[in-house]
Amino acid sequence: MDTETKGCACDCAAAVPPPPVSSLWARGGWLLVALPAWVGLYRSLKPLADLLAFRVLGLGPGSRLGEAVAFFAFDGPKVLMLLGLVVLGVSFVQTFISPEATRDLLAKRTGAWSNLLASLLGIATPFCSCSAVPLFIGFVRVGVPLGATFSFLISAPMVNEVALFLLWSLFGWRIALLYTATGVAVAFVSGWLIGLLKMERHLEPWVMEIPYEAAAASATAMGFAQRLELAVQATWDIVGKVWPYVLGGIAVGAFLHGYVPAELLARFMGKSAWWSVPLAVLIGVPLYANAAGIIPIVQVLLAKGAALGTALAFMMAVAGLSLPETVILRKVLRPTLIATFLGVVTLGIVIVGYLFNFLM
Amino acid sequence: MKIEVLGTGCAKCKLLAERAEDAARGMGLAYTLVKVTEYPDIVARGVMSTPGLVVDGVLKCQGTVPTVAAIQALLR
Repeated sequence: MDTETKGCACDCAAAVPPPPVSSLWARGGWLLVALPAWVGLYRSLKPLADLLAFRVLGLGPGSRLGEAVAFFAFDGPKVLMLLGLVVLGVSFVQTFISPEATRDLLAKRTGAWSNLLASLLGIATPFCSCSAVPLFIGFVRVGVPLGATFSFLISAPMVNEVALFLLWSLFGWRIALLYTATGVAVAFVSGWLIGLLKMERHLEPWVMEIPYEAAAASATAMGFAQRLELAVQATWDIVGKVWPYVLGGIAVGAFLHGYVPAELLARFMGKSAWWSVPLAVLIGVPLYANAAGIIPIVQVLLAKGAALGTALAFMMAVAGLSLPETVILRKVLRPTLIATFLGVVTLGIVIVGYLFNFLM
Repeated sequence: MKIEVLGTGCAKCKLLAERAEDAARGMGLAYTLVKVTEYPDIVARGVMSTPGLVVDGVLKCQGTVPTVAAIQALLR
């Protein structure tokens, strides 16, 4: 699972002396040129894509291939540009937040409040699922309740800020907000239930037996230039890793856009097919894709008549649960607890899907 | 000098090991580089995000891959 959009923010940055900064340009002045250039390019993407598809390649407007190529040439750069800008902003903000600080906030809480706080902190805290195990143990061993730990682990990959901003820019703030609120709700309720079930004895024994001394959260006193540099580095890392998934998602989307008739998906993924929600979730759970890669597909599913609840449930299942993560968590969780975790979250996502289809 | 890279072998851990190697070699240090890849060994250092960089038993950095220059500053 190393295609995370969430960069792991730098903890050691405070320990690293600031690089010798030569000029105003290097200290962030380049942003003043880069941002207007970004806006200008972003605005001209649509005409450029049409120019490429219909003039340069000579495909007929209205033809299937022409529409698919124009869609890809427009949507590909658009989503990547949005992603780059969003990740840059988010990575900058995340230089102020660390998993250690989140852990310390949660260590003093108990009860349902701890689950709610953990689910909310999961949105903003930088988290790599490759460090799910050390993070899990770090939480549990300093006294974060097991249920709250799960709330965090469910919320962090599913409702991350990159998904939020991409949803916002592609579908509007209402869908972005709906996705976030229901994602947090699923994480909150699932973690709370796992807490109620008192499943501490289903941890692998070494989790509690191993000698453990938590490393302290390092103070992060950095200047603007240093945070910006870290954010730029994180953006290269993240966008460099997820772009094939994003373009792959858009290519599938472009194919669906040009070749699949609008009514076809409505029959399978529309409101009237009651089984579509559980089916979409069951297909989505074992799949692993980054939220950024799945959003372009969701965009086309919606345009082709899929019901909103079904599409969102699919996205949650893909982003929130995955086979690789389950395999990693098996190192610390016994099968009963793994099964409970998967079962509760899957059920939660299915309920969210039905709820949306019912309400909208 | 003993340099340890904590991480189970994801892309970032490999990158950190490479950069640490470059950094130490660039400074002409006498060093040994050890990759700590088992979860219990990683967790025992109190680390919550991988990859982690430990120099002579002291945790210097976690959850990120600093540049070669930044690692050299940590090794000094």
